[in-house]
This record gives sequence, C-alpha cells and structure tokens, in this order.
Amino acid sequence: MRALRSMGPILAVLAVLLVLIAVANPFFLEPAGFLAFLKRAAPLVILAAGQYFVIVSGEFDLSVGSLVTVQVVVAARLIDGQEQATWPVLALLIVIGLLVGLANGVITTGLRVPSFITTLGMMLVLSGAVFLWTGGAPRGALSETFRMFGRKDLGPVPWSVLILLAAGTAAILLMRSDFGKRLIATGDNERAAGLSGVRVDRTRIAAFVLSGLAAAVAGILLGGFAGVSAQVGQGLEFQAITAVVLGGVALGGGRGSVVAAMAGAFTLEALFTLLNLYGISGALEFAVQGVIIIAAVAASAVRLPFRRALRV
Amino acid sequence: MTGRGRPVAAPGTAAPTAPVPPGGGGRRALAGRVGSTQVIYLALAGVMLVGWVLVAFDGGDFLTLETVVGIQQRSAALGIVAVGQTLAILVGSLDLSVAYLISLTSLVAAEIMAGQDGGIVPGVAAVLAVSALIGLVNGLVITRLHVHAFIATLGTALIVKGVVDHLYDGPAGSVPESFQRLGYDRIGPVPVSALLWAAVAVAVWFLLRRTRLGYRIYAVGGDEEVARLSGVRTGRVVIAAHVLCSVCAGVAGLLLASRLGAGAPTVGTDGGYDLESIAAVVLGGTALAGGRGGVAGTVGGVLLLAVLDSVFNQLEVNAFFKDVVRGVVIVAAVAVYARRTARRRSR
Repeated sequence: MRALRSMGPILAVLAVLLVLIAVANPFFLEPAGFLAFLKRAAPLVILAAGQYFVIVSGEFDLSVGSLVTVQVVVAARLIDGQEQATWPVLALLIVIGLLVGLANGVITTGLRVPSFITTLGMMLVLSGAVFLWTGGAPRGALSETFRMFGRKDLGPVPWSVLILLAAGTAAILLMRSDFGKRLIATGDNERAAGLSGVRVDRTRIAAFVLSGLAAAVAGILLGGFAGVSAQVGQGLEFQAITAVVLGGVALGGGRGSVVAAMAGAFTLEALFTLLNLYGISGALEFAVQGVIIIAAVAASAVRLPFRRALRV
Repeated sequence: MTGRGRPVAAPGTAAPTAPVPPGGGGRRALAGRVGSTQVIYLALAGVMLVGWVLVAFDGGDFLTLETVVGIQQRSAALGIVAVGQTLAILVGSLDLSVAYLISLTSLVAAEIMAGQDGGIVPGVAAVLAVSALIGLVNGLVITRLHVHAFIATLGTALIVKGVVDHLYDGPAGSVPESFQRLGYDRIGPVPVSALLWAAVAVAVWFLLRRTRLGYRIYAVGGDEEVARLSGVRTGRVVIAAHVLCSVCAGVAGLLLASRLGAGAPTVGTDGGYDLESIAAVVLGGTALAGGRGGVAGTVGGVLLLAVLDSVFNQLEVNAFFKDVVRGVVIVAAVAVYARRTARRRSR
C-alpha cells in the first residue's frame, strides 16, 4: 500500500502522457501500436531497472551508456554477419556486462572510490578501448538471429517485450527477496545495515553486477533494433538515471521501488513519443525534455516528504 | 569582510569527522598528516618525472619551453571551469550544465562582438549576465524546488543544448582580433590565458579562505543541517556557489571564443568540460560529498590531466588509448586518496 502511494505521482504522469499519445495517434490504442511502444521502451526500462539497483544502494552507474556501445560494437565485429557466431557472442556479451559491473563494484567498495568517479573512469576506459580495438569506427555486421531479439516478433508479441517482461519480473522478485531488503538497508544507512549483519560491500557489488547485466541485455536489444553505430549508447546513462529519479527513487539511496523506476523509464519514453507526435522534434525536443524532467522531479519532491540527498 | 563574527566553522573542520575504521587507525592517522593538496602535487611531480623519462627514451625532450607553454594553454579553459566546479562541489552540489553553458556563452560572445572592437565590453557583459542567470536558475531549482543537483543541472543542460542546437548548426559570429589576443598572446613565457586562469583561481581561493561566504560554503557542504541550525541561510549559499560556478564556465566560454575566433555550438561538449571538470576537482582531493577540499587541489588536478595529455601527445599515443589511460589514472588517483581518508559515512 505504501509502495502504491509513493508511486502515485509517476503513474499519474504516465497515464496522462499515454492518454495524450492516444489522442494524437489512435493507432496507439491497438495492440500492435501499443506493443510497438513497449518494444521501443524495452531497452531503457531494462537499463532503468539495473540503474535502480545501484541508485537505491546509494551509488551511481555512469558507465552503462558506453557499455551499451561496447556491446553493439563488439557484437558487430565478432559476428561479422556469420550466423553460427551469434550464440557464443551473445554469451560473451553477457559475460562482459557482468565483468564490467563486477569491476565497478569492486573498485567502488574495495578501493573506496566514489562510484561517480569509478563509473566515469569506466566510461572513458570502455569507449576508449572499444574504438582502439576497432580503429575508430564500428566494423562488421550483426547476424539475423542477433537482430531477432531487438526487432522480430514471437507470434504477435515482439521478442523484446517478452525479454522486458522477464527482466521486470526478475527485478521485482529480487527486490522482494532478502537481497532487496539488504540493498535498501545498505542505501538507507550503510552503518546501521553493516551493524545488523548485512555485508554491505557484497550487496553493492551485486547491484553493480546487475546494472552491468541490464546494460548487456539493453545493448543486445538496441543492437537488434537500431543497428550498429558508435552513438548507440550515447547519453543512455543520463536517461536511465533520469528515469529512476522520475520514478521517485532518491539519489543517495534507500528509498523508492523498482516498479516506480521502470514506470519512470516508460514515462520518459512516452514523453519522447509524444514530443515526436506533436512535431517537436530535433533540437527543441531536448529543451522541452529538460523543462519537463525538472518539473516532474520538482513535483514529486513537493509531494513526498523531502529529504536532501546530495551526498553522492 | 573577514573580521568579527567568523561563522560556524573554519575550512577543514566543517566536515563531520568520520569514525576511524578498526584496524587501520594508526597508519591512516599518520598518513592523514599529509594533506590531499600535497598529495596531488606529489602525484603531479611523479607524472612529470615519468613523462620526462618516457619522452626522453622516445628521443624527445619533455621540459621544453614549448611544452610548458602548451600545458598552460591547454589547461586554462578546463582550469577555469574546474575552479568554478570546485565551489559547486564544496557546497555539496555539482554542475553538469557547464559544458553546454560554455558552448552557449561562446556563441553569445561572438554574436554580440560581431568582429567589432566596440562589441567586446557588451559581449563580455552579456556572457557574464547569461551565465550568472543560468547559475541562478540552477541554484533556485535545487534549493526552492528541492530537485537533486544532478537532475536539476542535467535538466538545465538539456534546455541549453536544445536552444543552442535549435538556433545554430555550426560556428557563428566572430570575435575581433584584439579579443583573440586573450587566447593566443604571451607575456614572456606565460600565456595570457594562463594568467586569466590564475586570476580566477586566486579570486576563488581568496573567497573560500578569507570571506564569510567561503566559510559558509564549507559549512553547508560539511553538514547542511548543522549550518542551518547555526544561522546560515543555506539556500542562499548554495545559490551563490552555483552562480559563481556558472560565471566561471562563462569566462571559459569567452576564452574558447577568443581561441576559435567565433562561437561554436559544440565547443563545450567536445571538450567534455562537464565530467572532466568534476574529475579534475575530485582528483584535486575535494570530497564529492562536499565540505572538504579546495582550489589549490583542483589546480593540481587540472595540471595533472594536462601534463598527462602533453606526454601522450609527445609520444604520439593513439587518441583512444589516451582515453583508456586517463580513465585508469583518474580512478587510481582517487583510490589513493580514498585509502588515506576514513570511509565516508553514508549519511
């Protein structure tokens, strides 16, 4: 019940946006139209769920955007159009995601580097490394099987929507498990959590690993959906963090639900869709987006008991 | 300004003393006697030494007048932004909008100057006004609307980006030759741009160490609640820090406009001044949580990044490899400090 109340604002905003979209474009109300929206939203929602784990534990992950780019560029170069390479490369991508998350987590907790700096450094390292490897521009091509996840359907339902459902369910179950409680306790008060027997470092590392995994999955979906480019992940880290905060999750940790974070990502995607429908595209879209993000976060800050959470 | 009624807390003591972790207390207490500012300058000396050796092996000469001037010139713009960013971070906030603000102010300057000498004064005044206004907006959104600084300044960044991208496709306006001297002239071995950076750094150092506002910035960053209860109007301090941070970004925009001879819509983001300035501040030993650190460290952090860059240039290292090493160096350097200070409290 309490969770539902705190999610009120974001669900209301999302509902309003969806109604506005439906008014502008009745096709949106048909299953195909709505599924297309979900398909487009899937990568950001999955990224937001991953980012939620990190944020609720009191940290940041700025490396997810460049990790998505790495996934797509590595996949294109290694697969290079060969069907039989698809599955091993998919497995490799997941491993890369997990390893990057592990590195972020271990450096943040073990070396006590603020995660803002850890993941900023990781962002530089990842984007530098992948273009060093490819010589400056993405090469190769993805296979049809790889692209299936991002753009093809299974019966009437797109693959990416199914993956989104699975990821969303897993995230909710995780947050209901003991792990979820430890994660929130860690973000809320690390010292209290530590004294009551939570291994806070391990919990945080797990959060970073989940974020890396989410970025890997999002990268696979985006690669299939949008194709190979060096810009595919650009700015995604900020979008994911914005989505999480839109969902009422406090930066600084300890408060907010994963469902609300995912709702925040849907809201952001609905906003993009709406701006396109009303012809506000191109540059001004950013300006409108900026105004609305500030307004939405300000609105939720007024409604909820405010707690200054500037400590990064 | 400095006399009676020195408020709340002196710099350095404002931060709550973190608990000494079990086991490592003695060693850390010993290490704690070397300030983080000394560490960054030791690191800077180390990097210069290693760079000198590497360049010498490569058959070059690192410490020529040319490289020293180059380092000063390259670091001036980032340095000015980072000095401003130090204020935002010290107060417990941060500013992600500086990169787009730099692009915007370079355009404002070049458009108003329009190549005329008579336009310099109005151009500079307009840049200062625009940047102060954006800093004011950042500060008000953070303090009055209670939006987290990360989101507030990201939102402002998007708004400025939208406006700039909507109005401009490429370089615009032009800067008169006399104003370009700011970017290129030298007095003996010292570039004018480096003097500008030094002036900004000294001004902010003076502000932090010798004025009431400076003490309040440390107090608010150290513990906002305590500062508020001691009678500091914390909101105003946060706003002032953001205004000054943005004005510094505006000055950097002026400098870049004078280098390019025109305004450019991507000059701020191409330089990565937002994240890069935050990295430089943290490299300089300023705590991301606020309340601890200062301008001297930031100057060291910026110089360290510039020296690194210069060494790479002389060794003709691949640009992408540079990014990799820079990322590793930033994380490693911050890890070295973090080991020296006791673990920050989560709340």
